[in-house]
Amino acid sequence: MTNTSKPVYDSASYRGSAIFELKELGKYRYLLGQLIRRDILTRYKRSILGIAWTMLNPLGTMLILTFVFSNFFKTEVAHFPVYILSGLLVWNFFSQGTNAAISGLVWGGSLLKRIYIPSAVFGVSAIGTALVNLVLSLVPLVIVMLIDGAPFYSSLLFLPIAILILTAFTLGFGLLISSLAVFFPDVAEMYQVLLTAWMYLTPIIYPETLISAKWLPFYKINPMYWMVKMFRLPIFEGRVPSWNELLPALAWGIGMLVIGWIYFTSKSEEYAYRV
Amino acid sequence: MSDLEARTKTSPNDSIIMLDNVSVSYRLPSERIGTFKEYAIRKLQRKIKIQKFWALTDVSMQIRHGEVFGIIGNNGAGKSTLLKVISKVLKPTKGRVVVHGKIAPLLELGAGFHPELSGRENVFLNGALLGYSHAEMEAVFDETVQFAELEQFINSPIRTYSSGMYARLGFAVATAHVPDILILDEILSVGDEAFQKKSRERLQSFQQQGATVLMVSHALDSMIGMCDRIAWIDHGIVRKIGLPEEVIADYRGDNI
Repeated sequence: MTNTSKPVYDSASYRGSAIFELKELGKYRYLLGQLIRRDILTRYKRSILGIAWTMLNPLGTMLILTFVFSNFFKTEVAHFPVYILSGLLVWNFFSQGTNAAISGLVWGGSLLKRIYIPSAVFGVSAIGTALVNLVLSLVPLVIVMLIDGAPFYSSLLFLPIAILILTAFTLGFGLLISSLAVFFPDVAEMYQVLLTAWMYLTPIIYPETLISAKWLPFYKINPMYWMVKMFRLPIFEGRVPSWNELLPALAWGIGMLVIGWIYFTSKSEEYAYRV
Repeated sequence: MSDLEARTKTSPNDSIIMLDNVSVSYRLPSERIGTFKEYAIRKLQRKIKIQKFWALTDVSMQIRHGEVFGIIGNNGAGKSTLLKVISKVLKPTKGRVVVHGKIAPLLELGAGFHPELSGRENVFLNGALLGYSHAEMEAVFDETVQFAELEQFINSPIRTYSSGMYARLGFAVATAHVPDILILDEILSVGDEAFQKKSRERLQSFQQQGATVLMVSHALDSMIGMCDRIAWIDHGIVRKIGLPEEVIADYRGDNI
């Protein structure tokens, strides 16, 4: 108004738009990398095995579940350890990523009150960290497949696409739930219960054949049903998902990302007031 | 260009920060609704009354390029809110803020340091939080470590640092680059006397290089010497803006 040069900051034309926040995120990409690096380095910094825990954790859970299920439920799935581990990796990625998005925004909130940072940085870096962990935990999956004598199919080349769709869904959901958790602190607690129920409602630790035909349509409402299926088919059945199997996953992935991003950014100017 | 020239020759045209009828309201914490159930019930009963607390009301001011501008007022008067509105942390509820330069916030030093990371890693992390790129931090890294006097300890985890070392590193990172606008919120007392002197000299050199300084302090006497102009904020309203001696005299008169 009084100065002819272009202002660096003008509150009248600022924030609240999805496109604007995307540009801001691009400007802060170095911070994104730094936050992911920090989270990966510090998580196991003082443990002796260090980052190996990223791989040992799902392996341990898989061993317990395999033992329990193959002894008590007498499942007839071949290569059951591979079946469980492939499902667990998807689930761990989703639950860790979304939980980290919640705690990341709450932690970041103490900074958001003091300095300007685009608020989406915390959610995006949380999912980025979970993504690095997911890729690392493919190593134990390969080891278990080798030990178990499971075949390696060329359809494994589809996995990057599956991971991309899964990441889009997780990021969208993580942004949405972390935003809600800021306005309603109870959401973070409720979400833990929801996650447990959600995991048992998704065929991760039990074979899909256990679901009765009567209930299967209800299972198919669950987006994670499609995510796990999409990830598991190339590993387990040696084929790329059919369009009928891929489209629901793709629609959930893109739809959730768009909804999550628009909702999160529409509230972006309120976080510094509320966190 | 000396300070005196800057003070006398400037017209409103070189304002670097402009606030136009800025108001900021907070919701009162007691009104915060914590559960969906509570929210749903109140929504149904149409009982969601948002009680607002106006931290700033119709604040207008122009801060000129290169000046040292002080803000005084009692606790809770709205000084920190004013700084937050200018450093784009808070968007004003009403009114408009226009800033023509990059701001270096010095609100709380070392916020965002991670105890398990080394001093070196924290310099880059903190620089990233302040909006700098890797190349920008690389360029000032050695000088920053030297200024903080932490050459020997820079590869140790920051949890092993004393509080003085911690604050020195925070100050050094936050002031690693010469900003257009420097915001100081009562933090000129970092480290021992020698380091305080060094940090004052660094801030003065920023001013000489043309930086605009915005400071909030309760040390009124030292502000008379440092500031070109002072604004007195009282209950979110600007009571007076003018020469340091006059504003501080009025402020003191009001508080007797």
